[in-house]
Amino acid sequence: MGGEDPVLRVRDLRVAFGGVDAVRGVHLELRRGEVLGLVGESGSGKSTIALAVLGLLPDSATVSGSVRLDGVELRGAGDAALSRLRGNRIAMVFQDPLSAFTPVHRIGDQIAETIRAHRDISRRAARERAVELLDLVGIPEPRARAAAFPHEFSGGMRQRAMIAMAVANEPDVLLADEPTTALDVTIQAQVLDVLRTAQRATGAAMLLVSHDLGVIAGTADRVAVMYAGRIVETAPVHELFAAPRMPYTLGLIGAVPRLDGGTGTGMLVPIPGAPPAPGALPSGCSFAPRCPLADDVCRAAEPPLRKLADDHLVACRKAEELQGAAPADVFPVPEVPRTPAGPDDRPEVLRVTGLVKTFPLLKGVAFKRRVGSVYAVDGIDLRVRCGETLALVGESGSGKTTALFEVLGLSAPEGGSIEVLGQDVAGLTRQQAAALRGRTQIVFQDPMASLDPRMTVAGIIAEPLLARGVARAEAARRVPELLRQVGLEPGHADRFPHEFSGGQRQRIGIARALSVRPDLVVLDEPVSALDVSVQAGVLNLLRRLKAELGLAYLFVSHDLSVVRNIADRVSVVYLGRTVEAGAVREVFERPLHPYTQALLSAVPLPDPGVERRRARVLLAGDPPSPTQRHTGCRFRARCPLHAELAEADRERCVREVPQPVPHADDHVAACHFARPRAVLTAEA
Amino acid sequence: MGAYLAKRLGYYAVLLLAAVCLSYLLASLALDPRAYFAGRQPPISPAAVDHHLTVIGVNDHRPLLDRFWHWAGRAAHGDLGRTIDDTSVNAEFGRRLGVSLRLLLIGTLLGTALGVLAGAWTAVRQYRLSDRLVTLASFALLSTPVFLLAVLLKTGAIWFNNTTGTDLIQFTGEQSPGLTGGFGTVLKDRAVHLLLPTISIALFAIAGYSRYQRSTMLDVLGSDYLRTARAKGLRRRSALLRHGLRTALIPMSTYFSYGFLALFTGATFTETIFGWHGMGEWFISSINKNDVNSVVAVNVFAAVVVLLSGFLADLLHAALDPRVRHA
Repeated sequence: MGGEDPVLRVRDLRVAFGGVDAVRGVHLELRRGEVLGLVGESGSGKSTIALAVLGLLPDSATVSGSVRLDGVELRGAGDAALSRLRGNRIAMVFQDPLSAFTPVHRIGDQIAETIRAHRDISRRAARERAVELLDLVGIPEPRARAAAFPHEFSGGMRQRAMIAMAVANEPDVLLADEPTTALDVTIQAQVLDVLRTAQRATGAAMLLVSHDLGVIAGTADRVAVMYAGRIVETAPVHELFAAPRMPYTLGLIGAVPRLDGGTGTGMLVPIPGAPPAPGALPSGCSFAPRCPLADDVCRAAEPPLRKLADDHLVACRKAEELQGAAPADVFPVPEVPRTPAGPDDRPEVLRVTGLVKTFPLLKGVAFKRRVGSVYAVDGIDLRVRCGETLALVGESGSGKTTALFEVLGLSAPEGGSIEVLGQDVAGLTRQQAAALRGRTQIVFQDPMASLDPRMTVAGIIAEPLLARGVARAEAARRVPELLRQVGLEPGHADRFPHEFSGGQRQRIGIARALSVRPDLVVLDEPVSALDVSVQAGVLNLLRRLKAELGLAYLFVSHDLSVVRNIADRVSVVYLGRTVEAGAVREVFERPLHPYTQALLSAVPLPDPGVERRRARVLLAGDPPSPTQRHTGCRFRARCPLHAELAEADRERCVREVPQPVPHADDHVAACHFARPRAVLTAEA
Repeated sequence: MGAYLAKRLGYYAVLLLAAVCLSYLLASLALDPRAYFAGRQPPISPAAVDHHLTVIGVNDHRPLLDRFWHWAGRAAHGDLGRTIDDTSVNAEFGRRLGVSLRLLLIGTLLGTALGVLAGAWTAVRQYRLSDRLVTLASFALLSTPVFLLAVLLKTGAIWFNNTTGTDLIQFTGEQSPGLTGGFGTVLKDRAVHLLLPTISIALFAIAGYSRYQRSTMLDVLGSDYLRTARAKGLRRRSALLRHGLRTALIPMSTYFSYGFLALFTGATFTETIFGWHGMGEWFISSINKNDVNSVVAVNVFAAVVVLLSGFLADLLHAALDPRVRHA
């Protein structure tokens, strides 16, 4: 690719909002037909770059530097000139496809509008073209769907339509800002596929902004890593993942939990501390406060981005020392506490069998009447033993959270049974229920919303104790102990939640749950709101606490890589029903149910070598509505295996609901034609 | 959607019936038609008053339910009875309605349109001088009583007429009495009479709507889809109009409908000050006269306008927002 001029060249781009620097001197080059991945944690300034290229930053932003498209300077160009380029030669795919479409105009019209803004063609011809584009991105019945409004599309279809709109005028440059972050993994796999196809079909250069190293590993040709508003390392994708030379990149790779289990002990390598706030950058290298290698020279001046090899630039003085280094060589790896073995004889803390929960669909103004049901949970089985982590895995809308709240509700379920600590919740007296409630605790997903902003940390942690009638003095004595246990300063007990970072807030939530010494802790997506480098620390903490305190976790998550890291056993649900369950290693390496196989194969691995040569099980379409009553197997409409079966066998999927069948020691799958298929490793 | 609206209309019919019954009963209990004839010079004999009240159907010596059934029977056939001066309520109703419509329609429509534009414009220019000035003026207007503004407008008109030495601006009644001439002359005469009341009504509408529209527009300005529209290559103005204002109008549909209602029934002061004999003035004078049938007629009118406004709000909301259409 050497001699060709870059189609987009960004030089020394600086963006500040009200005196606070968000982007600090970024250089980027994008060549025709290539995909440049821009990785970074939240607040690193990566989305700001995309908007700055388009000239769409708010008026409050001060921008300097140079942005050239085919050698023509865009900075300082008038709005009329920039408007001619936007959507025409530079197009953007935004993150949240629901809010990115105007709710009151038809999808087809919104795409046609993009064409008519730049081409002198009739309304009718533009509509025709919009239908072709929707067809191109794989929307079924494109002519009918073009007349639909955004709210009538599913998330995945909206993002496809967004891509159709972006490539409508065959742009030279595509900017994709976290294009799949709001989507479920199986839909993410579909959309990434469409994005790659569209990019190749138009020959555009693409800037792919993402926080997900797996997405980058599978799609990008070159990668630029951002930290605190600067690019700290850039290299071809294989080289970056195989031989990173900047401690931050190394830390990021070590902090990501891997679906294939990775190597070594299974403990993640967290980067200590948290990214600096944009307004409070340290002097010298902005990563120095978190870097174990930093010395006085690092802290004195910010290192420039320098050339290490032909296409490998790095902003670190120690890059030479890092040749061949692994994350664990640089960052301290926490001790691995071993969970005592012999899981079979430990007592069960939770057993859920055939759980059912439906919600009525009501209609009518004055007199509500039932017109249907949402079958939110329709046959979930769970079993958690003492000292064990069971992960409940499924896509959004699969009934995970409903099941969880049914368990915590401690009242008789609509169908099936729930036993907590050996007691069936159906026959509990109020006193028994109150006693059980103290032994099951929850940690919520959003660490900000789940802490009362007007209570001090000490007040938050002591509250469950006081509610259980513990004396105030005794509760106050426990607080510093709990804070130390979750890795926080006991001296910070009188601070308020907003004074803590996201990861620290989640630790406060964990301390609150632990205060009453529960036996079972329910974790509802506890790390999904956190950045990778912070998430690793919280996951390690959870593992340590489990080993030290002998806790059992029910861990709800949509992130299979996290599940692989933390769980002992896993239960996969599809449309409210358990389809496969068993030991994590067994289920992930020998998945039996076609849905589990598809789910696992859709999760991108942060390893470009493996990621690009894996077996793919792409699912068609979206999950059906949970308001339908299903006969037979509810997965068959999307099932890749069902499509390959002989006519007589298919009949069985239509007629007969598959029941969970044991296939190995601790491995159950509910599929008539279950057969293992490895999806994590590269194909030979 | 059609079935939904038909059902809505059904609910409205029930509500209207309830409103009519209640207002008849309340008016009959609260008003004392005999008082209207008391203390007259020359005095009217109680027998004559009694007879008169019986003729128009409001004699309180008859049981209330009797009177109501009598009235309801005729009202069902579209006859709202006789006024206390023994003229037709229907005729008065029609005349008053016409006056109110002529007085209010232009001012209301003009005020709504200008209010929306002013609100959208000030939202786009948030915290700039123009936004602050419009905001200040709006709040000044909203805190000014109608009669004060009307008197100020009149004073201004008198000053204008005096300085120019003409009587160009007229501010009493609907038309010059005894005017003769062709269609053009009459139209011009009516227009100059309409000028001040229209300005007064429009100003209040602008002041009110611009506040609501400014806030709904501000909600939309930071939205992702407006950014998408700009990223497609739309210029700022067309993005703001086609994607911004179009969406920001949705929550306004409720304000529009009920604002229309407030103008219709709340124009009493404007009518009185400018000497127009519309519904508002009729309401006050019929209460003063203890005229049961007229008060009920005005109440029925108000109820119909309320329900129609609600219906209109639903229609408008459905027209503006595809998300509610198949609810």
